[in-house]
Amino acid sequence: MAVVRASHVYKVFGRHEKEVVRRLKAGEDRKDLAELGTAAVIDASFEVDEGEIFVVMGLSGSGKSTLIRMINGLWDASDGSMEIVGNDISKMSGSQLRQVRRDHISMVFQHFALLPHRTVRENAAYGLELQDVATKERLERADSWLDTVGLGGWGDKYPGQLSGGMQQRVGLARALAAETDVLLMDEAFSALDPLIRREMQVQLVELQSKLNKTIVFITHDLNEAMYLGDRIAVMRDGRIAQIGDSEDILTRPADEYVANFVQDVDRTRVLTASSIMRDTQAVVAHTAGPRYAMRLFERERVTGLFVVDRTRHLMGTVSDRAVVRAAREGVDTLTDITETEGILTVKPDTPISELFAPSSTARVPLAVVDDDNRLLGIVPRVALLDSMGQLSPETGEMPAVSLLPSTVEPQDEVTDESRASEAGAPDAKPGIAASVNGEEDAPEGPPAGEAGAPTSDDQKGA
Amino acid sequence: MWFLFPRIPLGSWADSLITWIENVFGWLLGLITTVLQGLYNFLFQVFAFPKILVDNGTIADSSIMKAVLILVMILLFAGIAWAAANWKVAVFTVIGFYVIYALGQWENAMSTLAMVVVAVVFALLIAIPLGIWASRSTVVSTVVKPVLDLMQAMPALAYLVPAIVMFSVGIVPGAIATIIFALPPGVRLTELGIRGVDKETVEAGQAFGATSGHILRKIQLPLAMPTIMAGINQVIMLALSMVVLAGMAGSGGLGGEVVGAISRLNVGVGIESGLAVVLLAVYLDRVTGGLGNKTPLERAKRASR
Repeated sequence: MAVVRASHVYKVFGRHEKEVVRRLKAGEDRKDLAELGTAAVIDASFEVDEGEIFVVMGLSGSGKSTLIRMINGLWDASDGSMEIVGNDISKMSGSQLRQVRRDHISMVFQHFALLPHRTVRENAAYGLELQDVATKERLERADSWLDTVGLGGWGDKYPGQLSGGMQQRVGLARALAAETDVLLMDEAFSALDPLIRREMQVQLVELQSKLNKTIVFITHDLNEAMYLGDRIAVMRDGRIAQIGDSEDILTRPADEYVANFVQDVDRTRVLTASSIMRDTQAVVAHTAGPRYAMRLFERERVTGLFVVDRTRHLMGTVSDRAVVRAAREGVDTLTDITETEGILTVKPDTPISELFAPSSTARVPLAVVDDDNRLLGIVPRVALLDSMGQLSPETGEMPAVSLLPSTVEPQDEVTDESRASEAGAPDAKPGIAASVNGEEDAPEGPPAGEAGAPTSDDQKGA
Repeated sequence: MWFLFPRIPLGSWADSLITWIENVFGWLLGLITTVLQGLYNFLFQVFAFPKILVDNGTIADSSIMKAVLILVMILLFAGIAWAAANWKVAVFTVIGFYVIYALGQWENAMSTLAMVVVAVVFALLIAIPLGIWASRSTVVSTVVKPVLDLMQAMPALAYLVPAIVMFSVGIVPGAIATIIFALPPGVRLTELGIRGVDKETVEAGQAFGATSGHILRKIQLPLAMPTIMAGINQVIMLALSMVVLAGMAGSGGLGGEVVGAISRLNVGVGIESGLAVVLLAVYLDRVTGGLGNKTPLERAKRASR
C-alpha cells in the first residue's frame, strides 16, 4: 500500500504561482519563467510503499528539500495532490494538517534542530508532548527510544553536551518516538563527519530491519542513496529524472544526466556478492569417492572443490593433492580429507568492497552462502576484478589482449574472445579458458576461470 | 508672495490636537493617570518604609522604627540581588543602598525606583508584544521601525511638554515620557531575538504538529530570551537616564533633586543625588543581568561547557 502518494505536484515560489504552473504545463522551460517565479518542483509523481526507504537524490537546488517539505505540508503544493495514508494534505485546514503531522509524519533535520534549552530526554519526548501524552509516560517512552538508538543513559544531558552524531541520534529518537507512519529525513547525515555518517547509515539500516518504517530520505550523496535506498528518485532542475532501485539507476540510467551522475559512484559499495557471483560445477557431495572427485578436477580444471551435503550445505573443501593421495591409499569417501578450516564464506548481500580482502588471501574462490550455510555460488577473484573492469569498458579489454603471448596466433584468440562476449559472458577470460578446453560447455566456463594462473598456463600450452 | 515668508502653523495645530485629545479622550487620560499614579504610590510606600508591616500608624521622622525599617528594606533588596545574581552583587547592594541612606537620599531614591519600575513595567507590556508582532509580520516591522527611530531621535524634552499639558505636573507625565523614551530597544531586541531563532528549529516544531502559539512559547521565546533580556536591560537603563528630565516635570525623586541643584547651583546636592542615581543604575543592571543568566537556555549552555 502506498503510504505517500504524490501526483503531478508543482511548487513555484513567487507571486505568479498559478501562471507559472500553467505555462510549465504548456511545455515552457523553467529558465524562461524565472522572472515570474522560481519553479522548485515540477510535475513530481511518486509513491512510497509501506516499509520501504525511498531516497530522493539530487544536487543542491534540484528541489529535493522543497519536495520533502511538501510531504508534510510545510510548503503547500502550487498544483497537484499529495496524499498521506489516503488523505490529501493540500486540501486540509491548518488544524487538520497539524493533526496529520502529529500522528502520521515525523521528520529528522539536517542540522538536528533540537531544542538546546531542553534535556536530551525532553527533546526525544517532544513529539509525544504534542500528542498530549502524559509527562511521566512520554519521558519513559523517550528513554526507551534513546536506548534503541544507542543513547541510553544520556537523557539528562543537554544537546550542547553531545557530539554531532549523538545529537542526530536524539533527532532520530525524537522522530521515532512519535511512532508515525512516515519518517522524513532531510539530509539527515550530511552535516556529519564521513566516519560518523557511515556509522549512522549502518545503524539506520539495522534499525530499519527491526522497525520496518516507511522512510523518505533526502540526500545529495549518491553513495548514501545507493546504500540506503530500496528505491531512488533522481531529481534534476525540479523534475524527477528517474525512479528505480540502485541497480536500475546504475545499469540502466534513464538519460545522460543520470548516467553522468552515477559515473562516479563507488560500485563496490552498491553491487553485492550476489550480483557478481558465479554458478559453479566444482562441487562434490561428501559421500562421493576420491576417483569421482579426480574426474571433477580434470573437468573443471581447478585445484580445489567445495564439499557439500545432500541439501547443498557447505561442509568444507578438498584439494587436488589430498584427493590424489586418498585415491592412492584407497579411501572411500571425502569426509575424512575435507578441510573445514580456512574456508571463507560471504553472504549474498555483502558489498563487493568487503570481498577484496578475503579474496586476496583465499586459496579457493569465496563461497557465497545463505543464512543456512547453503552454497549459492562462488566469487572467483577474476569475477571480482572483472566487476571493476566494467567501470571503464575501453580499458577492460586491454588485459585480455596483453595476456596473449606473441607466439600464439592472436587472431583466433581474439575472435574467440569476442564471440564469448557476444554470447553474453561478461568477462573475457572464461571465454579463453573455454576455447582452450575446446569443450561445448562454455556457460560453465566462469567457475573454471577461478584459478587464474593455471588457465594462462594452459593457454601457453595451446 | 507668501512663499518668501513661509510660516507653517505646526505649533497651533499641535495645540489644537492636544485640546482635541483632552476633550475626546479625557476619560482615557484620567484612567491612565489613575493607574500610573496608583501603582507608583503603592510601590513608593513599599520601597521607602513598608508601613504595611507596622499597622497603619504614622511614623515620625528620625524615629528608631523608621531607621530599622529602612535597614530591613536594604537587606530585602540585597536578598533580591542574591537570588537574581550572586552574593557579590548582594554585598554591593548592602553597601550601595546604605550609602544612599547615609547621603540622605533614601526617600528620593525610592521614589525614583518606584517610578522607574512603573515605567519599565508599562514599557515592556507594550514593547514585547509589539516586538513579537513585528517579528511575525513584515508589514508591522516596516511600519514600526521608523516610528521607533522617531521616538529615539526626538529630544526627550519635546514630548515632556505635551505630557505635562495632558497629564499636568507630577509623576504621571514623567512616567509617560519615560515609557516612550525607553520603549524602542525593547521592541527592537525582541524582534531581533525572535527572528534570529534557528529556522530549522522552528520548522521542527511545525513538522511535529505544534501550533504557532506553542512554537512561540516553547521554542521562539526561550531561544530568543538572551536577546530579549538584553533589551529589557536597555529599557531599564534608558528609563533611569530619563529620571532627571522627569524631575523637570515635577516628579520629584532624585531627578527633582538634580533639577533643584541646577537651578540653585548647589554642587553638593547635585553630587549627592547624582551618586545615588549611579548606585541605583548599577543595582538594576546587575540584577537584570543576573536574571538573564537564569533562563533555561543559559542554564543549558553552562551545563555544556
